[in-house]
Amino acid sequence: MNIPTSNVQSSAESGAKPRERKQRHVAEEIRGKIYVYFCVLLMIVTIFSIVYFIASRGLAPFVSQGVALKDMLLGLKWKPEGEPPLFGALPFLFGSFATSLFAAIIAAPLAFCASIYMTEIMPKFGKTVLQPAIELLAGIPSVVYGFVGLSVIVPFLRDTFPGQGVGVLAGALVLSIMILPTITTIATDSLRSLPNGLKEGSYALGATRWQTISRIILPTTLPSLLTGVVLGIARAFGEALAVQMVIGNAPHIPHSLFESATTLTSIITLEMGNTTSGSLHNNALWSLALILLMMTFLFVFVVRMLERRVKR
Amino acid sequence: MRAKTVDRIATGVIIAVAVLIMAVLAGLLGFLLVRGVRHIDFHFLTSFPQAIKEGGGIGPQLFNSLFLLVLTMIITIPLGLGAGIYMSEYAKPNRLTGFIRLVVEVLSSFPSIVVGLFGLLVIVNTFNLGYSLLSGALALTVFNLPMMVRLTEQSLRSVPREQKEAGLALGMSRWKTITSVMLPVALPSIVTGSILAAGRVFGEAAALLFTAGMSSPRLDFTDWNPLHPTSPLNPLRPAETLAVHIWKINSEGLAPDAPEIAAGASAVLVIMVLLFNLGARWFGRALYRKLTASK
Repeated sequence: MNIPTSNVQSSAESGAKPRERKQRHVAEEIRGKIYVYFCVLLMIVTIFSIVYFIASRGLAPFVSQGVALKDMLLGLKWKPEGEPPLFGALPFLFGSFATSLFAAIIAAPLAFCASIYMTEIMPKFGKTVLQPAIELLAGIPSVVYGFVGLSVIVPFLRDTFPGQGVGVLAGALVLSIMILPTITTIATDSLRSLPNGLKEGSYALGATRWQTISRIILPTTLPSLLTGVVLGIARAFGEALAVQMVIGNAPHIPHSLFESATTLTSIITLEMGNTTSGSLHNNALWSLALILLMMTFLFVFVVRMLERRVKR
Repeated sequence: MRAKTVDRIATGVIIAVAVLIMAVLAGLLGFLLVRGVRHIDFHFLTSFPQAIKEGGGIGPQLFNSLFLLVLTMIITIPLGLGAGIYMSEYAKPNRLTGFIRLVVEVLSSFPSIVVGLFGLLVIVNTFNLGYSLLSGALALTVFNLPMMVRLTEQSLRSVPREQKEAGLALGMSRWKTITSVMLPVALPSIVTGSILAAGRVFGEAAALLFTAGMSSPRLDFTDWNPLHPTSPLNPLRPAETLAVHIWKINSEGLAPDAPEIAAGASAVLVIMVLLFNLGARWFGRALYRKLTASK
């Protein structure tokens, strides 16, 4: 009995009665809890204030400045300084959707092949070489992609196809390299987590590797693969500078892939700095930002729906 | 044997695609480094940029990027650790926690330009901080926080349960167990992740256009008093970072050697990102070896 008592007394908390020690523990615990609750609260406040502030500016043109929502979403002409000012944002919406969907159409098959390669064909080489390489691709800053697009892809397109080189295809190509890592990482994770029994069962029935991949592996992991694609589209949709540098920034709906166009993000980037705060033109740009915000919520919602299907 | 032929063709296609991706990456890095490294020398890295003449450098931009990175991490790490500890240790499995998870997910998927606009509206105008390093750092915090929270949560969850229980069994409070038993175990992966997050901060531009600004005052690199307006350490001065500079000279550069400067600056940016990537792996492994008994 003597030994434990002396141990307690010789420790750092010597002299403190059990009750005081308990009080100190409680105080410590409360301080810690206050701190973590503060951090979480701050995050919640941030998100609500982002939505509130952007909505308060973005809704002003419709509520108090006499712009009809229909005119903005379906209008074809963007002449904010004209007489009367026109705020048709359809070309920007079209540009954003066209570039990000095209980027996904290019990137998704490549990403799926890469992840099949990494999990089914050469797992060892894939894990030691291809995976770090793709992670590296994810780390390259977007302005650098824009710079490469401007100095490699645009001249190449200009020499090979009709037009100036800048345009939807240039934007989509740059974006497809940017979203390739997103889709590949998610696809690889879901392929790796597939139970081995499924594959072994298929091989045991005498199926070839491709039959196993195309009839067992891909159908089973389809919801996860789609999650990756949606996240990739979301990233492409919100990307600003890389696209702005290569798309040409002409405010109309392009007739071909090689014609200059504009996206929501690039028009905001270009015009936000040149307008005075509170003017109709400025507020219309905030409305575009609000559309971007709404699209983000939509993408998160779609991803959640897909994830629910994965769990089932 | 048709199935076998199809199998061979499919395998060939998949391998070809993998090779294509490797080739694109190699080409990309090769292009950036070959075109850029030629322009990198001591003068380029330290001198001031020129508006219309040749021979401008990226000295202030490089300094701004690094300083902004430090400021952002100083704000992000404590907040991210706190929220991450909540998510892994204090959150009960109920609706509120589900909601907070949704908040983190939405926050992490906001486009960076939207975060930048929020910064412009709230931090720059409402809080009246102006275009400044501090505004930029706060905007980047919004952008980086969700990543930090997830990282902390995952790292804490991977701490063996026995270690946590041993701490609690010794009679320590829950908070004390977290900070002095679990955090040290989780530290290597938190550090690795933070360095990777820092690499992302280094290359970010869209969120900074309207918060940290697109210009730098004429910095006086002999004046290190943080309160002077031209001192490099003043957090309330506008600051153009390296990534913003690359964007600006590509879209409106007037200097005759703008393409060369863009190439050089891009190469510097990519080299820094590579260093962050390798550094994170190496440092995390070294820290793990030091803090645990494993070899």
